[in-house]
Amino acid sequence: MSPITFDLQHQPHKARINMALLLALMIAFPFFASQYGNSWVRIIDLALLYIMLALGLNIVVGFAGLLDLGYIAFFAVGAYLTGLFASPQFAALLESLVYNYPVLGEWLVTLFGEEIRQNGIHLSVWAIVPLAALVAAFFGALLGAPTLKLRGDYLAIVTLGFGEIIRIFMNNLIDPINFTNGPQGINMVDPIRIFGVSLAGEAGSQSTVFVGGYGMPSVNAYYFLFLGLCIATIFITSRLQHSRLGRAWVAIREDEIAAKAMGINTRNVKLLAFSMGASFGGVAGAMFAAFQGFVSPESFSLTESIAVLAMVVLGGIGHIPGVVLGGVLLAALPEILRHVVEPAQIALFGEKLVEAEVLRQALYGLALVLIMLVRPAGLWPSPNKEERPNAALARDEEEEAKA
Amino acid sequence: METFVQQILNGLVLGSMYALVALGYTMVYGVLNLINFAHGDVLMIGAMVGLSILHALESYFPGLPGYLQLAIAILGAIPVAILVNVLIERVAYRRLRNAPRLAPLITAIGVSILLQTFVMAMPFWGRNPLPFPQVLSSEPIMIGGAMISQTQVLLLALAAIAMFALVLLVERTKMGRAMRAVAENPRVAGLMGVDSNRVIVATFAIGAALAAVAGVMWGANYATISFTMGVLPGLKAFCAAVLGGIGNIYGAMIGGLLLGIIEALGAGYIGDLTGGLLGSHYQDIFAFVVLILVLTVRPSGIMGERVADRA
Amino acid sequence: MSEILLNISGVNKRFGGLQALTDVAIRIERGQIVGLIGPNGAGKTTFFNVITGLYQPDSGTFELGGKAYSPSAPHAVARAGIARTFQNIRLFGEMSALENVMVGRHVRTKQGVFGAIFRHKAARAEESAIRARAQELLDFVGIGRFAHRTAKFLSYGDQRRLEIARALATDPQLLALDEPAAGMNATEKLALRELLVKIKNEGKTVLLIEHDVKLMMGLCDRITVLEYGKRIAEGLPSEIQKDPAVIAAYLGGAH
Repeated sequence: MSPITFDLQHQPHKARINMALLLALMIAFPFFASQYGNSWVRIIDLALLYIMLALGLNIVVGFAGLLDLGYIAFFAVGAYLTGLFASPQFAALLESLVYNYPVLGEWLVTLFGEEIRQNGIHLSVWAIVPLAALVAAFFGALLGAPTLKLRGDYLAIVTLGFGEIIRIFMNNLIDPINFTNGPQGINMVDPIRIFGVSLAGEAGSQSTVFVGGYGMPSVNAYYFLFLGLCIATIFITSRLQHSRLGRAWVAIREDEIAAKAMGINTRNVKLLAFSMGASFGGVAGAMFAAFQGFVSPESFSLTESIAVLAMVVLGGIGHIPGVVLGGVLLAALPEILRHVVEPAQIALFGEKLVEAEVLRQALYGLALVLIMLVRPAGLWPSPNKEERPNAALARDEEEEAKA
Repeated sequence: METFVQQILNGLVLGSMYALVALGYTMVYGVLNLINFAHGDVLMIGAMVGLSILHALESYFPGLPGYLQLAIAILGAIPVAILVNVLIERVAYRRLRNAPRLAPLITAIGVSILLQTFVMAMPFWGRNPLPFPQVLSSEPIMIGGAMISQTQVLLLALAAIAMFALVLLVERTKMGRAMRAVAENPRVAGLMGVDSNRVIVATFAIGAALAAVAGVMWGANYATISFTMGVLPGLKAFCAAVLGGIGNIYGAMIGGLLLGIIEALGAGYIGDLTGGLLGSHYQDIFAFVVLILVLTVRPSGIMGERVADRA
Repeated sequence: MSEILLNISGVNKRFGGLQALTDVAIRIERGQIVGLIGPNGAGKTTFFNVITGLYQPDSGTFELGGKAYSPSAPHAVARAGIARTFQNIRLFGEMSALENVMVGRHVRTKQGVFGAIFRHKAARAEESAIRARAQELLDFVGIGRFAHRTAKFLSYGDQRRLEIARALATDPQLLALDEPAAGMNATEKLALRELLVKIKNEGKTVLLIEHDVKLMMGLCDRITVLEYGKRIAEGLPSEIQKDPAVIAAYLGGAH
């Protein structure tokens, strides 16, 4: 019995203690790390967003067994939505719209007010987040729909295709109507504003956020927000896992034909998996856009989709604590390496022999290959065998053999 | 905008390269039921090796005729590509032959990344796009109002020769028969005395050789190569293989050429078709749209081989 | 007790060049155990697959409990009231026995995303009811003590029982079993027979494909015989045993 467990079902007492300890550590972390500058907290901020993505993808790949290689598209949807509705970008869109389709353009002005010509639309975070979740969920269903009858590897390639299609659109939707500003991306995305407090800090305060008289760096403020969102994601996905819907997902993963025979509407249940998974991606995307302050197509390539998949696979497909571990390792480690390894090489060898980017890629590649060869259930698989999808992946092979 | 004939010609050039790579995908899928996700990167390796050979020739044997240089480059790239592909099979895929099918796919993705990382890390290659030596004259040849370069003519010729050689191999030789047998039914083939491991290695080797040819000619045609050059063409070649009927060699050839033409025509006419809404930079989506259409409407592809889905 | 539960007629199914089923019909009264027998390749499982929506028939009329049902999709068939087991046991291997049966309750329950996330009173009540009923069914078929064992680690006979429990969880009007006794020894077959009688005594109707003629004769109220996709005989077990067409089909008459 491992001393570290988060299994509420089988070892509730230990799990609760572990969770409390971990939470305490996570809350204390930024205060400790701030001593060394902002970069460490910033790394974890981004890692938290990737963990959210990994948890969302875990619903699709881990619970339902659908290998989605285009998942980053939903991240892009959330980010670009935020870019469009919480920045000056809408003004640019409006300009191009008025130029090409004046009637539509003017109608939008009457709808939203004259100032959008100059400033664009700036929705608050309370509107953006649900909007991002909903629109991403819609795209999830849209992209999932054609894949419903496809077998494992074909499903993977088709979803990859969709991811690419979305990226290409994001990169090119600048003519005739400027939705995304093309390869340059969208700048000046609003930071998150909660109850009047901007998480980017007050102007002139060097990005310090003041909460109730107490000041903290902007990255710390975002840290707590993202931590909260991550915890909410873990909570929601865990609840989904241990529910009638979660069982239906696992049933489809294990044996789709038997699942159908038992009355599960596999089409709807699969679409739900895509939608729910996508919605987390969308929310993470919205946060990403606000945090960075800009959105560009480079952040949403196939490499990113594979990176998120690698986190899920490395950690333990289907097992939420494992996925979080995978996310931490693959999101934070490369950045940490960059901060450590490059200076170390210069100190030792006088030059950068191996670039950080190369290390990062190598890490991802090795993670995928070694895990599949040596420990396919992941670094931290579920102690309850029933949560592991290994047999499910074999089912397709049996189908083929019976053909 | 270019003439129709020009676009068809462009399409055939592009399609020939797709066909060469698609053959690799379809043959491996035929014997192993595996999508070798890393196959596009074998094309990239072929191009990189070709580049290095051409540089070496420039330094040590300057003044050689262009065709000879390319021939040497290709002949040099082929063994390296074969080695890489065979190694991948041996190290990454062989152990996973009986594993759940998604496992080899995930591993293949990892291998693809590692290949790219390797090229990225080599100082003589690196992360930046590299100019590919243009050893043939760039003076175009006119065919019926359309232009074609010598490089492109060579490309078409090499592709045709390679495909013809492959057909001969598959239809007339013992190894070819063995390959077809293993593709049909590996167990029974084994019972008939066919060593399926050897067949599989041969399949990977042949696919790699074809990809190497495509890689070097890609470099010669487009004059630039980079460590990511293989990803998208690889995926599109897979789409072409599905279009033609996965597992079927003739399907891969037809699918490749057809996809090339679709892309060329599509890029040319998409502006007109969509009333100016979409431009030619949307070219890359055609392959995926074709894939989705094929898998939805006629999953067995043009030649009607394997069924790609199961209800 | 003489109400017709399942009324199927005129079923034709062709696979490319092979006519798998020709004008097959079957009528089952409520509360009966009806057997479907025939040599290998006769089309028994194909017929099962057609009536449960796995294959689309070329023609046929389908009525369950007096109402027409469309065998267009397996999950709709389950909702209408036909539950089946499979010749090659299709359990959810990585799930526990209990969870397998809980999945069977899916079609009669309704909590969705909202209930999963918020676990409000109605959702919690439904979950408890599902769990309780699943345990009940496991006890009913005799493997209650294996509730938390992973399904793929159960013995062969227990896996068959589990599949039956899971099918029963859908509250079917008709239980369709595809060779439930396959691979069993004499003792296990006896236990299966007892279970099937128990199921019948609960008022369930059963349609059964089997090869063990002795088992069938002792168990079934009526038997239908298929050969080469056609129905060649139908009647009481005693009649079937003496039917010359049946005997010829099994022993090979003059061809």
